[in-house]
Amino acid sequence: MPAIHFTDKDFEEKVIKSTLPVLVDFYADWCGPCQQAGPVIEELAEEYKEKVLIGKVNVDESKNTSGKYGIMSIPTMVVFKDGKEAERVSGFGGKDGVVKLLKKVLGEK
Amino acid sequence: MLYKLIIIGSGPAGYTAGIYAGRAGLNPLLFAGEKSGGQLIYTTMVENWPGAKDGVTGPKLMRDLREQAEKFGTKIIDKKVIKVDFSNRPFEIFTPEVKDAHTSGVYAAGAIIVATGAESIKLNIPGEERLLGRGVATCAVCDALFYRDKKAAVVGGGDAAVEDALALTKFAKEVVLVVRREELRASKIMQQRVENNPKIKILWKSQVTEIMGEDKVEAIKINNAETVKTDGVFLAIGHKPASGIFKGQLDLDEKGYIKVWQTMTSVQGVFAAGDCVDYRYRQAITAAGMGCQAAIDAEKWLENQSQ
Repeated sequence: MPAIHFTDKDFEEKVIKSTLPVLVDFYADWCGPCQQAGPVIEELAEEYKEKVLIGKVNVDESKNTSGKYGIMSIPTMVVFKDGKEAERVSGFGGKDGVVKLLKKVLGEK
Repeated sequence: MLYKLIIIGSGPAGYTAGIYAGRAGLNPLLFAGEKSGGQLIYTTMVENWPGAKDGVTGPKLMRDLREQAEKFGTKIIDKKVIKVDFSNRPFEIFTPEVKDAHTSGVYAAGAIIVATGAESIKLNIPGEERLLGRGVATCAVCDALFYRDKKAAVVGGGDAAVEDALALTKFAKEVVLVVRREELRASKIMQQRVENNPKIKILWKSQVTEIMGEDKVEAIKINNAETVKTDGVFLAIGHKPASGIFKGQLDLDEKGYIKVWQTMTSVQGVFAAGDCVDYRYRQAITAAGMGCQAAIDAEKWLENQSQ
């Protein structure tokens, strides 16, 4: 399953009301580290498809959502659980970094 | 898997070594790491890359170099190297999946080129870690747009700091450049741009000693005394060689730079190039130049071994 693109319009519906935890990668097309993170996010979206919904928010297009969650650095990955922010990490720390974040949220070792 | 040559690193040095070694028919394997492309990924316009007369963005330049290396037969793996064993030949390389010599599929090679570059230095002061991503940042060109009509501080006095300050002026209403010394290390052309920019204010002989704020950056403390209000702090104080995994395997100097003679390290058959070696020039073009030298040296060395 490819990573989903969330926007200002459907963020509430798809992320906040989601029954699964959701990892959101706040990114922009022109940002170098975001481009590095892109393929890893796609890989993880497939690997974790049964446990976590994984998607992206383009900060240029969805300014309200990125503003609302105080995104001041990209890439920033935020995990939402039951509609609330559970974890966040800024900068791209490689696949390991994102996996660590997911495991933390899922309570896995 | 046994290769003739393995290259570690995906900045200008690593990819250029890949281009040359590929063209020499060595079919090298290149470990690009999970964050491929090196430091240029964090820049915007590179204006001093010869031939790119109108400038080229860092990410684009690195994509092109990567494709050029692949075109000549370099196989690229986006994994990081966690350990090396240079004590015997063939040399062995380990990744998170292939952790030790007992795991199947160990990567081994007759020659190695180390081009792991440098990583940015942190300040190690209160507030830095806690407010990372909430105003503390390392990539000004990524984050400048979040500072529209806000105040930002940049820490450092080299080209990277000055480029960050200039990038921020496109959005921020004021940029404070915090410089430890009484002068900038940045190139003359960059210094002039700073001096001519009315939005940039320089604090000389200043060190940030604390970053303050509850949920986001609100101010910085300078020299344990004065407090300066700011919405963000961008770190550009410099880099250190990324040579940790080679400790005990290769001779390093006291700062961690890999010691080389021409491009050969203390281990015959292991070569090094770029910012993990070079504390003097540290340019994309000099790194690329050394990558080329290392590839030629490795090719000659392998040739002599087989005779």
